[in-house]
Amino acid sequence: MTSSFGNPTFLEQNSDLNLEKRQKKASFFAALFRLSTLIAVVALSILLLSIINQAFGLVAIQDKQDRSAISQVPVEQLSQSELVTLIESNLTINRVKTLDKEKPLTERSRKDLLSIVENEVIQSRVVASYPLFKSILTPGGFQNEVAQKFPQATIRFKAWLNPQFLTKTMSNIPEQAGIRTAILGSFLLILITLLVAFPLGVSAAIFLEEYAASETKLSRIIQTNIDNLAGVPSIIYGILGLAIFVRVFSTFTSGEVFGVEGNNGRTILSAGLTMSLLVLPILITNAQEAIRAVPNSLRLASYGLGATQWQTIWHHVLPNALPGILTGTILAISRALGETAPLIIVGAATYITKDPTGIFSSFTAIPIQIYNWTTRPQAEFRSIAAAAILVLVFMLLSFNSIAIIWRNRSQKNR
Amino acid sequence: MSNNTVKTWAIETEDLDIFYGDFRAVKHVDLRIEPQRITSIIGPSGCGKSTVLRAFNRMNDFIPSAHSTGKVLFQGQNIYEPQVDAVVVRQKIGMVFQKPNPFPKTIYENIAWGARINSYKGSLNDLVESSLRDAALWEEVKDQLQKSALSLSGGQQQRLCIARALAVKPEIILMDEPCSALDPIATLKIEDLMRELSKNYTIIIVTHNMQQAGRASDFTAYFTMDADRAGMMVEYGETSQVFTNPRNKSTEDYISGRFG
Repeated sequence: MTSSFGNPTFLEQNSDLNLEKRQKKASFFAALFRLSTLIAVVALSILLLSIINQAFGLVAIQDKQDRSAISQVPVEQLSQSELVTLIESNLTINRVKTLDKEKPLTERSRKDLLSIVENEVIQSRVVASYPLFKSILTPGGFQNEVAQKFPQATIRFKAWLNPQFLTKTMSNIPEQAGIRTAILGSFLLILITLLVAFPLGVSAAIFLEEYAASETKLSRIIQTNIDNLAGVPSIIYGILGLAIFVRVFSTFTSGEVFGVEGNNGRTILSAGLTMSLLVLPILITNAQEAIRAVPNSLRLASYGLGATQWQTIWHHVLPNALPGILTGTILAISRALGETAPLIIVGAATYITKDPTGIFSSFTAIPIQIYNWTTRPQAEFRSIAAAAILVLVFMLLSFNSIAIIWRNRSQKNR
Repeated sequence: MSNNTVKTWAIETEDLDIFYGDFRAVKHVDLRIEPQRITSIIGPSGCGKSTVLRAFNRMNDFIPSAHSTGKVLFQGQNIYEPQVDAVVVRQKIGMVFQKPNPFPKTIYENIAWGARINSYKGSLNDLVESSLRDAALWEEVKDQLQKSALSLSGGQQQRLCIARALAVKPEIILMDEPCSALDPIATLKIEDLMRELSKNYTIIIVTHNMQQAGRASDFTAYFTMDADRAGMMVEYGETSQVFTNPRNKSTEDYISGRFG
């Protein structure tokens, strides 16, 4: 083709540019990047779906004691005093004593008494469970299975993640187990971690950015070490915590010096201190970046007015770095919330029904419960482990969303 | 440059050399600034104008490799002597920067903050008003003192920075190319303001803008680079003399636009 001027058009002139090959390469890489993203998204979705799959589904419930043998009328219709007599006549004397000790039976609410009857007298138990997707797609299979093995059982849909699960303490019976103790333990752990690591981390970051001369050999060594510490496996921090906080400082971490008796060093305080060490490098580097991002012109403006270094830091550097520091803090909290290995080493209890009462309590945390339940053979424990994972993931997601909102707001202000 | 009268200068340098590490950026500066006048420092890029300006209130302290020899005398006192606290120096010798850099706070706070940290005892409201009036900004912002300073235009921000500097009651105001980020109208406003302020303050301004130096300053110091790349002052005198009848060939070349 030639143009009206008799010369070849620009399209013909470009024949030696190897255009086809170059464009092919470009589209190959575009496809590769798209594929990578897709794989990541699919993997995450499968992970989440498989957890949800475990946390909900059909269950078969069977009573250990025949209801009609215990009471003529359905238990739901019994009066308060009738329920008390029912409990007293069917449970062992010791059990009744323990229950009375917790709260006298006659003073308990009807709902409370009914649940004791259901759980301890009639002992209705989940005898078989089915994951969510199978429950939806092939409920017939489960019905057949249950009909063969447990003819008396009734089938119903159960969400393992329910309000009861959040408010109850540990139990040997999966459907009665809850994670209140673990949630409280995790919160207290985060609180200690925060109270220790935040001031330390921010102070260190201020020192490194504002006071230490950045070019000296010493500060470069410190900087490199902090960066490397962020990558040290968490179990190493656990061993460190065991050696230092649990063993060496046991009189302090057990509360002995404060007059608290009967503990060893395996307290929530030891765990919190260990966790603080773990998140400190993350906190320091994030705070450093936030402080570095404060425009130098602000510092100069402040100094130019006759401000001291501290006035400059307190009134200008810190307020402007705060959103970034907080974002880093929340990321550090997320890390501490999900860590398991150091807690196992430091000595989190795997079975504990008492809520933590203070920093010298023995404790458990959500990831410890998840770890514990997944090692049990019964399928029902896997279901409550999945429910606990959902709780943990929800907490992590909320923390991270707060971090993102904070960051966006600070960017808007700049 | 020989002046043997007992006149007091606003600021005076004696054989000032400034180094960045091993590199000598400025050498042998002997400069005497007239009080309550506008002195401009001009010269090609890299000749050390801003370095000299920052030396006047020890702003070079924040550049880790920077150090100096010689003297900078303010009220007869060398400000680089160990017993001098740089904080006092910077309160007495204020600075306005090249890019407007108001604090990300309200207009009111921008003015009041400097006074507050310097233990100001009087009424902050009065101080804010008088500082803004002196900076010719009051009429424009009096109804929005609680608005963010960042909502102002570039020229207004720069006048706010001047008002902020005035609020700590300095004696000298250093201006480092204060109009280079502004449009011509905002530039003229700043120049008018400088003229007004020079009744009470000594103003030293570094500028790239030859016309600005010519029309807005009383005295002009011309700096250039020597063969060893160190900046040095080659001419200093009344602006009218430097611009119309320069003694030095290099000054003439620069002013007439032949280089720089």
